[in-house]
Amino acid sequence: MATVTFDHATRVYPGTERPAVDQLNLEIEDGEFLVLVGPSGCGKSTSLRMLAGLEDVNGGHIFIGDRDVTDVQPKDRDIAMVFQNYALYPHMSVADNMGFALKIAGTPKAEIRQRVEEAAKILDLVEYLDRKPKALSGGQRQRVAMGRAIVRQPQVFLMDEPLSNLDAKLRVQTRTQIASLQRRLGVTTVYVTHDQTEALTMGDRIAVLNHGVLQQVGTPREMYDRPNNVFVAGFIGSPAMNIGTFDVKEGVVKVGSADVPLDRSIASSMTDADSGKVTLGFRPEALDVVPVGTPGSFDVEVNLVEELGSDAFVYGTLKGDTELNLTAGETNQLIVRIDPRSVPDKGDVIAVSIQTGHSHVFSATTGERLA
Amino acid sequence: MVPMTQQKLQITAVAPDPALLDLPWDVPLAEWPDEVLAALPQGISRHIVRFVNHEGRVLAIKEIGETVAYREYELLRQLHRIEVPSVVPVGVITGRRAPDGERLEAVLVTEHLQFSLPYRALFSQDLRPDTATRLIDALAVLLVRLHLVGFYWGDVSLSNTLFRRDAETFAAYLVDAETGDIHRTLTNGQRNYDVDLARTNIIGELMDLSAGELLDEDVDEVAIGDALVERYQELWDALTGSEAFDSGDRWRVAARIERLNDLGFDVGELEITTDIDGTRVRIQPKVVDAGHHSRRLLRLTGLDVQENQARRMLNDLDSYRAATDRQNDQEQIVAHAWVRQVFRPTIDAVPRELRRKLEPAQLFHEILDHRWFISQQAQRDIPLPEAAESYVENVLRHRPDEDAVLGLAPGEAEPEY
Repeated sequence: MATVTFDHATRVYPGTERPAVDQLNLEIEDGEFLVLVGPSGCGKSTSLRMLAGLEDVNGGHIFIGDRDVTDVQPKDRDIAMVFQNYALYPHMSVADNMGFALKIAGTPKAEIRQRVEEAAKILDLVEYLDRKPKALSGGQRQRVAMGRAIVRQPQVFLMDEPLSNLDAKLRVQTRTQIASLQRRLGVTTVYVTHDQTEALTMGDRIAVLNHGVLQQVGTPREMYDRPNNVFVAGFIGSPAMNIGTFDVKEGVVKVGSADVPLDRSIASSMTDADSGKVTLGFRPEALDVVPVGTPGSFDVEVNLVEELGSDAFVYGTLKGDTELNLTAGETNQLIVRIDPRSVPDKGDVIAVSIQTGHSHVFSATTGERLA
Repeated sequence: MVPMTQQKLQITAVAPDPALLDLPWDVPLAEWPDEVLAALPQGISRHIVRFVNHEGRVLAIKEIGETVAYREYELLRQLHRIEVPSVVPVGVITGRRAPDGERLEAVLVTEHLQFSLPYRALFSQDLRPDTATRLIDALAVLLVRLHLVGFYWGDVSLSNTLFRRDAETFAAYLVDAETGDIHRTLTNGQRNYDVDLARTNIIGELMDLSAGELLDEDVDEVAIGDALVERYQELWDALTGSEAFDSGDRWRVAARIERLNDLGFDVGELEITTDIDGTRVRIQPKVVDAGHHSRRLLRLTGLDVQENQARRMLNDLDSYRAATDRQNDQEQIVAHAWVRQVFRPTIDAVPRELRRKLEPAQLFHEILDHRWFISQQAQRDIPLPEAAESYVENVLRHRPDEDAVLGLAPGEAEPEY
C-alpha cells in the first residue's frame, strides 16, 4: 500500500496545444479511495492512465509511495487495473480463476492458495473456491474478477469507469460492493467516473476536473457544501444547483423581486470587471416555500412537478428574471425541492426564499467563490 | 394487471435492415429459441453472445450496455474504414422490452466472419506445432497493425480474436473492441500494457483448455504466451525501425522485406510513397501457409520454382509493382510486365555458357542477393543490370561447376517447410 502523488503532472497529446491534463497536483493518501470525476474530455481518464503508465507524462512527476514512476513501464508499477478483463475461464475452478496470474509469475503453489483464500474470505467466495464459475451469480463473478486483482497484492488499484458496461441493477449493487470492499482491504484506490452520484457515494475524497485542470479536491461533503467555483457548484449535486448572475444594488442581490442581502466583505471584493453583478448559487433544498408576498422571497411559476415519493421537485421559471440566465445543470429552469405532500399544480405561482447561509456567491467574471 | 409497455426498437446502422426487426428482441438473448440460432463454436465472453442465421448471413449478437454498445459500434466502424482486420459492425438495437414491460439490454450486432474459428476450436484439435506458431504470428501481426494505426486494445486475448485460414494465409481479426481506444499514436506504455495483457490472457486461456482436458498435454502454455511477446516485438522493430532514405534506394526496401522474411513473416501489401520529406515505405505483414509462394508465382507468371526462390521473386515483383505505381493494376498483368522487363533481361544478361550452371530461378535469386550485398556496400541503389554484371564477373564465373547444385546455393539451409 502506498500514497500516490501527482506533482505538476502534465500530458500534452502530440499535435495539440492545450494540455489534456495541465499541471495536476494531487496527493492521495495511503488507503484512500479517491474519485476523479468530471465531464467527458476533462482529463480524468488521462490522469488515471498517466498513473497506470499508459500515457506519457510530458511534464512533472508521478510518485507511488516515494518511488518516482514517471518513466516506469506499466507492469513494473505495482498497480492493478481492476475489471478491465473479467471473462472467467469455464474449465478452471474459482480458485484457479483468481490465482492464474500468480501461477504464470511462478509464485509457489502454497502461497497462491494462501493468497487466494485470503481474498476469497474478503469477497465472501470461500465456499465457491473449488467450484466452476458456472455456479456463480453475476455479482459473484464480478467479485472473482476483483479477486484476480486482489491476489496480486498491488500498491494501488485503478478503476476506469468499471461499471459502465454493467446493467443498471448490477451497477448500483457493484458500486456498494466496491466501496465497502475497498475499505476492508485498505488499498489505495483511484477511481474514474463521469457520474457525480457515483463519486459522491463512493469516494473518501473527490477530485473534480474540467478542461484538464483540477478544480477542487475534497470530501463529498466539502464539495457539496462549499464548491470552490461555479463549475464545481454546477457539477456536484443532483438535481443540480440553481445558478444565475444577478445585479447587485446597494449591497443586495436582485433575484427576481427579492433583495438577497450580500455580505459586506463580498460587496467590497467585487471588481469593476464584475460590472455590479455576482453569480449566485442555491441548491433546490436551500429554498423554502413561503406565502406569496413574504419579504425577501421571489416568485416561481411552476412548469413541472417531479414526484419521487420521498421528495418532490418543482421545475419553474423565475418571475421577473428579465435576463433569463438562470440554470440548474442541463435545464434553464429553477428547481425547488418541496414537501411531497403539498404539491402545486402546473401554472401555479409559488413564492420561495433562500435559507440564510445557504447561498453560494461567486465572482461574475472569474467564477471563483467569493463566499 | 401490469400495464404493458410496448417495445420501441431503435436501430442505429449505416444500412438499416428492416428484416432485423423480425428477430425476437422481446426475449432475453440467453433464452432465444434454437431455431433462430446458428450452431457455431463460441469464445469466452463476459457478455451474452449468440449467433443467428439471418437472410443468408450469420450475425453475432451481443447484449451490452447502451453507451458501450454505441461506442464499440463506432470504434468498429472506424477500424473497418482504416482497413484493420476486424468484424464488420451491423448496428445497435436499443429500446428492447419484454412483454411484461421489463427493459432488456441493448445489443450490438456484427457480421459473423465467414470461415473464421475461435481459438478454442483451433487449439482443441490436434494442433500441429507450426499451426500454433502461425496462429500466434497472426495475432502478433494483428496487434502490430492495430498499434501502428493507434488502436489501443485494452483487452487482447484469444477470445477477442477470430482466426481465419483463407487462401493459405492465416489472419487474425479483432472481434471485441469494447475496451479499445483510437489515439493519434500510442505510447510505449500503452503498447507494452497491451502486449503484457495479451500474454497473461493467452496463457490463462490455454490453461483453461488444459484444465478442461482439451489441450494436448505437451503444450507449454507459458511458452506460447511468451512467443507472442517475442514475435510482436520482432515484428514491431522490423516495421518501425526508423529509416529515411532517398527515392531510388530500393535496396533498403529489399532489406526490410528480407528482415521480415527472416522472421517468418511475409509481405501482404507494400506501399512506397515519395514526397518532399523523402520516401516512406509502409509494409503490411502477413502470415502464410507452406507452399504459398511457389503456388502464387506459378499462378502469376507460370514460373515453377522452389518456395524460397518464389518468395524472393515475389518480393521483387511486389517492390516493382509499388515502385512503378501499379498497385491498382491487375496482378497478372503487372506480373507479366515484370517477367518481360525484369526477370528475362536479368537472366539474358548472364552469358549463355555460364547460365547452365544454375536454374534461372536460382540465378535470379542469387543476383538479387548479390545486388542487395553490393548496394549495401556502396550505400546506393545498384540497378539490376549492373548487379547482374557484377554477379557474373565476381561470383558465377568463379563458381566451380560441381557446386552448381540445383536449387540451393552453397551454405543455404534447406527451407523449413
